[in-house]
Amino acid sequence: MERLAGKRTWGGTRLGAVSVPTEIILHILVGLFAFICILPFIFTVIISFSSEASIREVGYSFIPIEWSLKAYDTVFDLGLQLYRSFFNSVFVSVAGTAFSVLICILYSYVLYRRDYKYKKFFMFFSFFTMLFGGGLAPTYMVCKNLLGLNNNYAALIVPLLVSPFNFIVMRTFFRNAVPEALIESASIDGSGEYRTLFQIIVPISLPGIATIALLNMLAYWNEWFLSLLYIRDNELIPLQYMLMRTQQQVEFMVNNSGKIGPELSEAIRNLPTDSFRMALVVIIVVPIAFAYPFFQRYIISGLTIGAVKE
Amino acid sequence: MAKSLSPNGTLARRRFNTKTLVLTTMALPGAIWLLLLRYLPMFGIVLSFQDYKIYTKAPSLINNILHSKWVGLENFKFLFATTESWVMIRNTLGYNALWIVLGIIFAVAFAIMISEMTTKFAAKVYQTLMFFPYFLSWVVVSYFVYAFLSPEKGLITNLQKNMDLDPTQWYSDPRPWPYILTFAYLWKNLGYSCILYLATITGIDSSQYEAARIDGASKWQQIRYVTLPHLRPMIIILFILSVGRIFNADFGLFYQVPMNYGPLYPATQVVDTYVYRALMSMNNIGMSSAAGLLQNVVGFICIMVANSIVRRVDPDSSLF
Repeated sequence: MERLAGKRTWGGTRLGAVSVPTEIILHILVGLFAFICILPFIFTVIISFSSEASIREVGYSFIPIEWSLKAYDTVFDLGLQLYRSFFNSVFVSVAGTAFSVLICILYSYVLYRRDYKYKKFFMFFSFFTMLFGGGLAPTYMVCKNLLGLNNNYAALIVPLLVSPFNFIVMRTFFRNAVPEALIESASIDGSGEYRTLFQIIVPISLPGIATIALLNMLAYWNEWFLSLLYIRDNELIPLQYMLMRTQQQVEFMVNNSGKIGPELSEAIRNLPTDSFRMALVVIIVVPIAFAYPFFQRYIISGLTIGAVKE
Repeated sequence: MAKSLSPNGTLARRRFNTKTLVLTTMALPGAIWLLLLRYLPMFGIVLSFQDYKIYTKAPSLINNILHSKWVGLENFKFLFATTESWVMIRNTLGYNALWIVLGIIFAVAFAIMISEMTTKFAAKVYQTLMFFPYFLSWVVVSYFVYAFLSPEKGLITNLQKNMDLDPTQWYSDPRPWPYILTFAYLWKNLGYSCILYLATITGIDSSQYEAARIDGASKWQQIRYVTLPHLRPMIIILFILSVGRIFNADFGLFYQVPMNYGPLYPATQVVDTYVYRALMSMNNIGMSSAAGLLQNVVGFICIMVANSIVRRVDPDSSLF
């Protein structure tokens, strides 16, 4: 990706490049959109550092009257549920990524092997599911009632384990990275198939595996739909779902505040404050925001490979 | 000779079979998953043709299905009898058609603009910033939107108040939502497709531009006759993929960003949110399955038709 821009300038001359005024306009247009892409996150960070009094006074604002760290104190005081959800998110992301990467390596390696007899069958078997499926309701009924994916960690991990798209990406990586002669010579040396895969193929395909791992990690970290479908216990909910439910609870309470008794108005006073909720958002986004510039390169290579047809 | 060859032959065949067997065990974990979580639910399509009831004597999914009444196409009839269904179909197709066109135009435009920049560093920073929203979940995005539109404290609401305008009731008035959803969609997804196009532009041999310049081609002509033809296969691939999903909507966008508010349904209800709400809130499994089946069949037909048209016009760009 290093060579993406400015490719056609030679030694700093502007030969063949757009004129200077045009380039300034390009920078304004693209720069403005790029700025808008990051702006809401900056705004959220500012709100999370605004004091509650300031928010009452001027609403959410880029220039709060008063700054405060209180939201973060409250977030970390909150204790159990937050730590629990944080643990769930990390656990589900790590375990899910480990299993899904393993399954993906095995399956795509088989698709990569030209000399494998049932290669075509397994290719079709996974590709067809990209074109047609049973739909949400039947899948939900089967997962919940037949497979026991109901209110447990498995329900948060299993449904995302396999992605036919990733199989195709990984197989393309194998094709680009592994010369077939390597497998032949390993086989002549008497190496078993599993040993060849894990001791010879995997080490030279690490960039591709990193791409798949990061895509999966991201999918698990950002997951909330599975909790919406299968999870009831608070002990099991991940951060994303916790964030989503906090918002719904607040809205519910505020909308019904007219109709409720004194004990509930007490509950309203103890509701998570605005800055608190925005602090939660920041806590969820910060790991992505900091890791993302470093792993962007891998993700881009994965996405560009996946989009190119087989 | 023949005698000494045959044991070798058997050995070779046995090794071959062992190899096939071992490689098959590698495919098994993935294959079993696909079988259980993708192929098994396809049999659940029968639910679309049933009035699904719990079989109280021995409730289990299979017993329930076996003992539920077969109602033929009743569920589909009900689905089309309501005005709600037309709204959701209109929304799904309308948003998708609009976004396919806008998505291609904006992403290609941004990709070309970035590729023409001479300051490498700035171009890279723009790319990184534009790609950032792709990594966020819709839950997080819904909070971003809320920060601007909240009825009491939102930035835009407050600006309206300060200018003595009537603040828009963003979360109860469906009219502005087509614009909000379109903006949210482009905001989150442009960076991704932009990067796909940029990667293609980077791969274009620079001698083609030199030749065009020597022939006196202006910048516009270079874009028109060199860059765009090279982008065509990628545009077509992404186009087929989105046409194949024209009956599918991004559930998170339509469920999280409007925060599931009922008054907004005329602008925010799509097939995916309907399938979910029929299943989870109304508990109407027959209707939900019927809508889902319709979605899958239409999607399947669309992708097949789109692909075969492309294959006829431009065989190299077709998907399969």
